[in-house]
Amino acid sequence: MLLSGENMTGGYGGADILKSCSIGVERGEIAVIVGPNGAGKSTAMKALLGMLDLREGSVRLDGKDISSLSPQARIAEGIGFVPQTENVFTGMTVEENLEMGAYLRGDDIAETIEQIYGLFPILKEKRRQAAGELSGGQRQQVAVGRAMMTRPSVLMLDEPTAGVSPIVMDELFDRIIEVRNTGVAVLMVEQNARQALEIADRGYVLVTGENRFTDTGEALLADAEVRKSFLGG
Amino acid sequence: MTEWLNPLVLMANFVLVPGLVYGAQLALGALGITLVFGILRFSNFAHGDTMAFGTMITILMTWLLQSWGVSLGPLPTALLALPIGIFLTILFLLATDRLVYRHYRDVRAKPITFLMASIGIMFMMNGLIRFIIGPGEQIFLDGDRFLMKAREFKKLTGLDEGLGIRTSQVLTVVVAVVLVILLFWFLQRTKTGKAMRAYSDNETLARLSGIDPERVVKITWIIAAGLAAIAGVLYGLDKSFKPFTYFQLLLPMFAAAIVGGLGKPIGAIVGGFIIAFSEVMLTYAYKKVGRYLLPEEWQPDGLLQLLSTDYKFAISFVILVVVLLVRPTGIFKGKVV
Repeated sequence: MLLSGENMTGGYGGADILKSCSIGVERGEIAVIVGPNGAGKSTAMKALLGMLDLREGSVRLDGKDISSLSPQARIAEGIGFVPQTENVFTGMTVEENLEMGAYLRGDDIAETIEQIYGLFPILKEKRRQAAGELSGGQRQQVAVGRAMMTRPSVLMLDEPTAGVSPIVMDELFDRIIEVRNTGVAVLMVEQNARQALEIADRGYVLVTGENRFTDTGEALLADAEVRKSFLGG
Repeated sequence: MTEWLNPLVLMANFVLVPGLVYGAQLALGALGITLVFGILRFSNFAHGDTMAFGTMITILMTWLLQSWGVSLGPLPTALLALPIGIFLTILFLLATDRLVYRHYRDVRAKPITFLMASIGIMFMMNGLIRFIIGPGEQIFLDGDRFLMKAREFKKLTGLDEGLGIRTSQVLTVVVAVVLVILLFWFLQRTKTGKAMRAYSDNETLARLSGIDPERVVKITWIIAAGLAAIAGVLYGLDKSFKPFTYFQLLLPMFAAAIVGGLGKPIGAIVGGFIIAFSEVMLTYAYKKVGRYLLPEEWQPDGLLQLLSTDYKFAISFVILVVVLLVRPTGIFKGKVV
């Protein structure tokens, strides 16, 4: 797999939140992590990014062990990350947000910015507006755009649809599918489990920091036990 | 015609020009405070003494240059000495960051700890400056004192009131305008400037974007030191240099930064002028203006002065308290302390 965390065990000092948890995503596919509150979904993602010290297990990107790299170094290696909250520079314009996403790049970023505008046309329209003045859905697009400025091979999103309306959620998912179709591996944590699994090529159900079910999104949606326990019947 | 022009010139001479000049000085000082607050997230109480430090170095260098017989003709010699003043102030601030503040960043100390540390540095600089140059007043202005004397103005216009413009006043405003343009160009157009704004806006996301916090912090200190040294020298040329006066400038400068919105450079500038004009307008004696504008039988016996100049610091203080109570984020929605 392109990005994979194997048997990840660890927490923020103190008790382990993740217990031998394995997560992975392949090029051109969407993987979704779902599960009840406190299952360690976001923690698993943060472990992949290196924001959490692992006691056991490893993280590999494209075959290379990146377990000892800092989050910044992992981003330089090709992981894009969209935090759940405070994921844009509110006082800066949309275009400046994108420029900051490409801060580590030394080459010309104009083409990448055009690609992002192609993916999210509304951002081109609002390019001179402060990101803090945009609606929730538009702001999430800025956040995704910013993370994609490093041209990552893996894009990780922490609950991208938290707090947006169902219509906006559908639109965001459509955009995320488009991102996947450009060949990027997409990994996301989602509260809206059913809708997320519908677009997922791969799904992970976590419970108390452990893998409970792992399958294609379709299969998980069809699984009677998953439906009963996690999708409300 | 002249019955209107005379009071206007009078107001320009005693309110408008001094207010503009003092406002520019406060704005430059408040810009340093607001930048440090935006990036390092604490109120730097050593900023007044940083200004004094830069000015002191500049004065010592000016004396040295003068002893060599160097001068700038009509302009103050201090301008030649200023680069050394700026340079040593930068070194001093980088050293304090390295020796003091960096430690507190490493242990992720709370802003109040940084603030207390800055008070410690303030006292240390206080002592150092008095030790080197003494607590007394120093006047280091040379060159032509006036660009236009009040007497010349009267002769030129035939008015009863004169408008005197001093070289140091023009210098202050010109330098302040150039610096502000440069600073905004830097913050809005360059990659490093944008990174500073990004870091101030959202530290976590800035780190995730690969912005190096230590580099941002270093550049912030360099800019703050440069602004402080320049503001201090301009203030000293315009008035005089006295270590205690520079320490006292902290209050109006903080008031300016907070009124405008902490962390917002544009706010520091607007705030500087608000504080300066409030001080000048409330402490000016309007008696003479009244003599032109009021009928004879209405002429007051008093000075028509709202507040004695002794109370000028109370004005900054009252504005500060009112802003913190009514609109703690300031005019331009800055951060809250």
